[in-house]
Amino acid sequence: MTPIVSDPSCFPLPDDQRALIRWNIYFGFAMLAVGVLFGLGQALDYAHINIFKYYPGIRTYYQGLTIHGVLNALVLTSAFANGFMALTTARGLGRPLNGFLLRASFWTLVIGTLLAGYAMAIGKASVLYTFYPPLEAHWTFYLGLALVVVSTWLTSAVLLVALRGWRREHPGERIPLLAFMSIATYVMWDIASAGIAIEVVVLLLPWSLGLLPGSDPMLSRTLFWFTGHPIVYFWLLPVYVSWYGMIPKQAGGALFSDTLTRVAFVMFILLVPVGIHHQFADPGISPGLKFAVAFLTFGIFFPSLMTAFAVMYALEIAGHWNGGKGLVGWFFRIRWSDPSVCAQVLAMCAFLLGGISGLMNASYNMNLEIHNTTFIPGHFHLTLGTAVGLSYMGIAYWLVPYLAQKRLWSPRLALVQAVSYFVGVLIFARGMMWGGLEGMPRRTALSIATYSLPSWRIPGLLAAAGGTIMFASVILFFFVLVATILSRGTVQIADIPFTETVQTPSEDGWQCRLDQFHYWVFAALVLIAIVYGPFVARHLPPTLSARGFTNY
Amino acid sequence: MERYEERFLLAAALVLMLFLGALAYSAFAMHIALPSPHGMIHYSADQRLRLILRKTPPFDHPGVREVAPGRYEVVVVAYAWQFVPDEIEVPAGAQVTFIATSADVIHGFFVPGTRINMMLIPGEVSEFSYRFRRPGKYLLLCHEYCGELHQTMHADVVVK
Repeated sequence: MTPIVSDPSCFPLPDDQRALIRWNIYFGFAMLAVGVLFGLGQALDYAHINIFKYYPGIRTYYQGLTIHGVLNALVLTSAFANGFMALTTARGLGRPLNGFLLRASFWTLVIGTLLAGYAMAIGKASVLYTFYPPLEAHWTFYLGLALVVVSTWLTSAVLLVALRGWRREHPGERIPLLAFMSIATYVMWDIASAGIAIEVVVLLLPWSLGLLPGSDPMLSRTLFWFTGHPIVYFWLLPVYVSWYGMIPKQAGGALFSDTLTRVAFVMFILLVPVGIHHQFADPGISPGLKFAVAFLTFGIFFPSLMTAFAVMYALEIAGHWNGGKGLVGWFFRIRWSDPSVCAQVLAMCAFLLGGISGLMNASYNMNLEIHNTTFIPGHFHLTLGTAVGLSYMGIAYWLVPYLAQKRLWSPRLALVQAVSYFVGVLIFARGMMWGGLEGMPRRTALSIATYSLPSWRIPGLLAAAGGTIMFASVILFFFVLVATILSRGTVQIADIPFTETVQTPSEDGWQCRLDQFHYWVFAALVLIAIVYGPFVARHLPPTLSARGFTNY
Repeated sequence: MERYEERFLLAAALVLMLFLGALAYSAFAMHIALPSPHGMIHYSADQRLRLILRKTPPFDHPGVREVAPGRYEVVVVAYAWQFVPDEIEVPAGAQVTFIATSADVIHGFFVPGTRINMMLIPGEVSEFSYRFRRPGKYLLLCHEYCGELHQTMHADVVVK
C-alpha cells in the first residue's frame, strides 16, 4: 500500500465534496423510502389484500409497481453507487475529486428523478421499470431516465479524471485496490449502459415527442436487456467493493489475495453481453444465440463463486484472529455485534440463495418453468433486494455516521433491523419462488384478477407476510438513520474502514496488465460485437411501425 | 492457501461445465426447445396491426385445426385484454403446436403446469409445440404487463 493510502491524515477530501457525497446517499435512501411504500402494497396484493385504493393519487397497482421499480432499482442504486464509489475512489487514490463534475452528477440525478417522478405521479408512465414499447409513456419519463443514466456517466468521469491525475503522480505504480474496484465498476457500467441509452435517446424519447412514427418492440427490448443484465453488476459491484475491501477489516481480519479480487472485477467488465438470457422466451432470437448466451451467463457465475471463496476466507481469517477455533468456530467470532458486519454477512447468505436461483433462471430451457412468474421477483429480492439492499443498509451504518460525523443511534436497534429484514426476505422469497413454480404470474394485480389457482394461496400468504416484515424492517432502518442524522453532538470519525491484503499486489508480471483497463474494454467490445452484431445488423434500420398504446 | 484457492476455482469451473452439459443434453438430445424465430409480420406505422392480421394467414382464422392425424395447430391472436379464441379444446396426447402473435402491445402466453411459456411481440410470430398428457382444464394467461386490465387476460385450454 502506498503511504498516502494507509495514512488517513493524508486524505484531503474537501468538505463540499463530502457534503455532495452525503446528499447522494441521502437522496438515494429517500427514494428507497418512497419505493418501499408501494412494495408493501404489492406484497399484500399476493394475499388478495388490496390496499392500493387507499394510496392517495395512485390509480392502479401498476402505477405503484412502476414507482417501486424505478425508484428502488434505478434511482436508489444510481445515487448510492455515485456517492459511494466517488468516496472510495477519492480515499483509494488519496486525492480530492473534480468538484464541478461531482456537483453536475448529483443535480442531473435529482432533475432526472423529478422528471420521471412527475410522469409516474400523474399516471402517464405506468409502463413498469422495463417500459417495453409499444406501451408509451410521457416524454418526461424517458428524459428523466436518460438523465439518471447521464448522472452515472458524470460520476464515471469524476473517477476517471481522478485516476488520470493519480497516474501522472504515480507512474508505474499499481492502482490501489479500493480505487481499482470502484473504477472497474464504472468502466463496466460505461459499456453496459450504452444499450439503454441508445434505446431511450434514439428510439423512445423522439417517439414520445412525436418525432418518430412508431417503435420497434423487438429491437427496443433487446437494447433494454443489453443493459438490463449488466445493470445488476452495477448494483452489485459497489457492494462487492464493501465485501472485498471493507468487511474483512470490519470483521477483524484481512483480505487474502489482491490478484484474485482484481481478476473477479475484470471478469465483470469482460462478460457484459449476457442480457439475452432475459429473452429466452422471445420469438425472433435463434436458439443457437440463446445457448451461447446461457454459456456466457454461466461464465459470469464464476467471479461470484470467486467472491464466495475470497470473502468467506477473509471472514475466516477474521474469526481466527478474533480467537475463533476449529472448522466452524470462526463463524461465531466475526463481530456479529457490529450491525454493519451483521447486515452484510446476512446479505451474503441471501446472495447464496439468490445466486443459485439466478443460475436456474439462466438455465436455457429450464427458464420455461419460471419465466415471468413470481419466481423471478423472488430471486431478485434475494439479490437486488437483499444482497444489495441489505448491504446498502449495512454500509449506511458506518457511512452515514462517517459522512455526518455523528454517532450511530442505537446499534442494537440496527442489529434488530438487519436480522428482521433477513428473516422477512427468506419468508417472502420462499413464497414468491414456490408460487412461481406453481405458475403464479409476476407483475399482475392478483387480488383483482379474474383467474386464480388454489396452489397459489399459501405462497401468496407467505409473500405477503414476508413482505410486511421487510417493510417494517426498512421503517426501522429509516428510524435509526434519521435519529442518527438528527442526533445532537458530533464525533470525529477520521477514516473509512478498509482492509489490508495478505498477498499484496505484485509489482511486475502479468498482474500489472489487470490495471490497464483499455485491454479489457477492447476485449469486451469484441465479445459484444460477436454476440450482438448479427442480431443488430438484421434489425437495422429499426421498423418503427408499432404505434404507441397508453391503455393503463 | 493458494492451493485451496486453485482447487476451489477448478471445482467451480467443473460444476458449471457439468450443468451446461446437462442443459445441452436436455436441449439437443431430449429436444426441450425454446421459442425461436418463426417469421415476422411486416407493416408500417400508418397501418393498424390488428387489421393487417385479419388478412395475414394463419391469423386471419384463429382457432384449432387438425392438420394431420394426432397433430393440431392452435392459432391465437392476443389483444389487450383477451386471447382469440378464448376457449381452446385439444385431445390429450396429441401433438399441439401453438402459433400466436400480438395485435397491439407485448403479451405473454403461459400455461401454468406446463412448459408453454413464450412472449408475444407485435410483428413477430411465436410458436411452441407441446403434448398435453393429462386431460383437464388448463389456464392460459397473459404473464406480461399489457395495460390496466392485464389481470383479466386469460383463456381456457380444455384437454379431453
